[in-house]
Amino acid sequence: MEILNLARQAILMPAGIQDGDIEKIMNRLLSSPVDAADIYFQSSHFESWVMEGGIIKEGSHNIEQGAGVRAVFGEKTGFAYSDRIELPVLLEAANNVKAIVRQGQEADPLHCKVSIKAADWSKHYATQNPLKSLPDQQKIDLLRRVDSETRKLDSRIEEVIVSLVGVHEHILVARQDGSLVADVRPLVRMNVTVIVEQDGQREQGSMGGGGRSDYNYFIDRDIALEYGREAVRQALVNLEAVDAPAGNMTVVLGPGWPGILLHEAIGHGLEGDFNRKGTSAFSGRVGERVASDLCTVVDDGTLQGRRGSLTIDDEGTPTEKTVLIENGILKGYMQDQLNARLMSVNPTGNGRRESYAHLPMPRMTNTYMLPGQHDPEEIIKSVKKGLYAKNFGGGQVDITSGKFVFSASEAYLIENGKITRAVKGATLIGNGPEVLTKVSMVGTDLELDSGVGSCGKDGQSVPVGVGQPTLKIDGLTVGGTSV
Amino acid sequence: MQNQEQINHLKTIVQNILDEAAKQGASAAEAGLSQENGLSVSVRLGDVETIEHHCDQGLGVTVYFGQRKGSASTTDLSAASIKETVSAACSIARYTSEDEYSGLPEPELLATEFPDLDLNHPWDIGVDGAITLAVECEDAARSYHAEISNSEGASVDTHQGIRVMGNSLGFLQGYASTRHSLSCSVLAQRGDSMQRDYWYTVARNARDLQSAVDVGNKAAERTLRRLQARSLSTRQCPVLYCAETASGLLSSFIGAISGGNLYRKSSFLLDALDTRVFPEFVRIHEQPYLKGALGSGAYDGEGVATQARDIVSEGILRGYVLSTYSARKLGLHSTGNAGGVHNLTIDPGKFDYQGMLKELNTGLLVTELMGQGVNMVTGDYSRGAAGFWVENGEIQYPVEEITIAGNLKDMLKNIVAVGNDVDYRGNIRTGSILVERMSIAGE
Repeated sequence: MEILNLARQAILMPAGIQDGDIEKIMNRLLSSPVDAADIYFQSSHFESWVMEGGIIKEGSHNIEQGAGVRAVFGEKTGFAYSDRIELPVLLEAANNVKAIVRQGQEADPLHCKVSIKAADWSKHYATQNPLKSLPDQQKIDLLRRVDSETRKLDSRIEEVIVSLVGVHEHILVARQDGSLVADVRPLVRMNVTVIVEQDGQREQGSMGGGGRSDYNYFIDRDIALEYGREAVRQALVNLEAVDAPAGNMTVVLGPGWPGILLHEAIGHGLEGDFNRKGTSAFSGRVGERVASDLCTVVDDGTLQGRRGSLTIDDEGTPTEKTVLIENGILKGYMQDQLNARLMSVNPTGNGRRESYAHLPMPRMTNTYMLPGQHDPEEIIKSVKKGLYAKNFGGGQVDITSGKFVFSASEAYLIENGKITRAVKGATLIGNGPEVLTKVSMVGTDLELDSGVGSCGKDGQSVPVGVGQPTLKIDGLTVGGTSV
Repeated sequence: MQNQEQINHLKTIVQNILDEAAKQGASAAEAGLSQENGLSVSVRLGDVETIEHHCDQGLGVTVYFGQRKGSASTTDLSAASIKETVSAACSIARYTSEDEYSGLPEPELLATEFPDLDLNHPWDIGVDGAITLAVECEDAARSYHAEISNSEGASVDTHQGIRVMGNSLGFLQGYASTRHSLSCSVLAQRGDSMQRDYWYTVARNARDLQSAVDVGNKAAERTLRRLQARSLSTRQCPVLYCAETASGLLSSFIGAISGGNLYRKSSFLLDALDTRVFPEFVRIHEQPYLKGALGSGAYDGEGVATQARDIVSEGILRGYVLSTYSARKLGLHSTGNAGGVHNLTIDPGKFDYQGMLKELNTGLLVTELMGQGVNMVTGDYSRGAAGFWVENGEIQYPVEEITIAGNLKDMLKNIVAVGNDVDYRGNIRTGSILVERMSIAGE
């Protein structure tokens, strides 16, 4: 109730929208025999601060608000949205979208009555506004401190860029049964990028993090300064890096952010829409072996305060911990309402949308592999010749052919069981349905990423998390230049 | 006429924003406003899948208090919201630092001529018309060959928008533009091999779109040719980037000569002005005044006049890509590129696609790139790729699950030929590009 009231105050009250208005819009939608309908209201406040060249260079404040109206009939979806939360505008939107149902079909006169459902799910983050968690002057002081402390770390540092971003988002979903559900979502992120120079050679390092929390997250335990130290360390390592090897070899992935492997190699391929349509390399493979029996992979939106976590998804379904792969066997897909209904399974709380101006679809939350039995050092020792990849940039997948890439930004050679020289960043490429079958050792050291991930699908970006323990893969193609 | 009225209406709002900024004490200000309406229709397996009605608006304002700057934006154009947005920007400017390089453009660089660039051609296709066209396109793809096994569908998109921008130097301009597209994506299967590919056409004027049947056929043909792709052994060989992938190569080059990367010293082309970056036959230029083109515009994101100019001629870098701020940081003048380049064009050479394959002789034809493996600071380049193995100028078989790697500085210098098989669909216009030698990693 408390959250619903907060969302009403943030979105509906300023617009003068009453429950009776929501009923009118919904009844307009339901005047055609649709299978499902919803109205998604959103109000987001966003700020960012950038320090560069030793000065506070930029700041911005952005407000995004609007409503999206959707009607679903079979596999068909009608959708309209507006940034004007006004009854006549939303009624017209409802008229437009219900046309998805062929003309001539009239619904039994249903009457929607807004009813408040008790939110009996647990919350995975606090509701307070991160933008107000520190006075503006203290945000500036934090940036200045990170900048000056980072610059002191090494004389080879040429430039330091520090950014701080906060979002406070209210959403409210009205569904065809008249129920109203709401969520209040905080999100913060800080990033430090450094450029170092030595003998005319330049390199860059970058580290950041955050989550569904407020700015105190960066001050407690001095985590902000740690980002600076880590960015400098990576940049200096890369100054020493030699050409990366090229070819197929044993690859050991470090814990945490390298879990982007799971996101690209299998995560997208296990989203419900692709599997309903039969376009994924994993389509129709539930119950089959898709990984070695050391691998159990979950998508978990319920982790407290993580970047990818959601109390409810953007269709009002509570998120859950969904087992995707258990001991190597494919257990199920990630679903939104539409695809769950069409595949006759339960929704898993993975229906997400970038904003009111986008349609929801199955998306990941926090995707990670559970820990195994091996000591990480023992894993490195077991490799005679191979690559140890510790940090990554982005990745991409072709869900139909199953081919995926992810780009290492910090990597080392493994020679005779020891980590030796640093090598330049390189793209790794593999085949999704195959790569996890080659996992021969899984570490005990599960880590989640620091909270920087954004995932793009169909032009929509949403915050996500990944994680994994140290993993050994017996054969992955490394795209270096050293042939 | 209706457009002109709406543009005038939005100009009034922008002027109000600028006035409000002055009232709140800003010494200078800049504001932009956009409104867009659109329709997207997608069909799959012969039936409607989604019908989306788009309606977007937004305003952004930047205020200066001397050399301090603050920005704010909103999707709410009400008078109250405008006042709050300006006030939010002003409040931010209290905390940002004095920056001697910040501020509006030099007045003499602002655009003063506004030719009609023929960018606005609304398409009155309607929902039913869009469905019919998309179905025709998908049908063409699905009936192209028995191995076309599934579909991600076809879609028709049409958008019309108005943009207005102004600043406290008296610049206040707006224009209407349209953008329409038709795309199709299908799957093919042979044995265990499943592949997907797509094709699209995009234009300011619907008359210039490729036909639905051509788009469908091309999507099917591109999908079929990928079936039963294999990897390659690790090797070094010449690489031919097809026109669609070659534009990515040029966009990395533009990134490296963009002001932001230059003044941060995070570019592999620092201090490269007036030096040889490409082989002598290469000319790369901007064409902002092309009628009806996707990247055309008389002024940039700050109101600075755009220029038809050579960025590279005789292989030598003649100019950077600069906004007002980055130019001042480098002690130069804006080149009218706040927001990017305008119809960047590399002069085509004498060979068509077949001729370029002959030039490649034996090597890799790249038709798809994956991932972001480009290090702008060092030029190190490593990306996932798919394409075809070519011997003696003839395509042998499709390849996938390989990477191509090199250093961009060397790759640009070692371009052997540019084709005349130009892809005109984007803001970067290039034919296929042949690079002398790269590292291929595979099985």
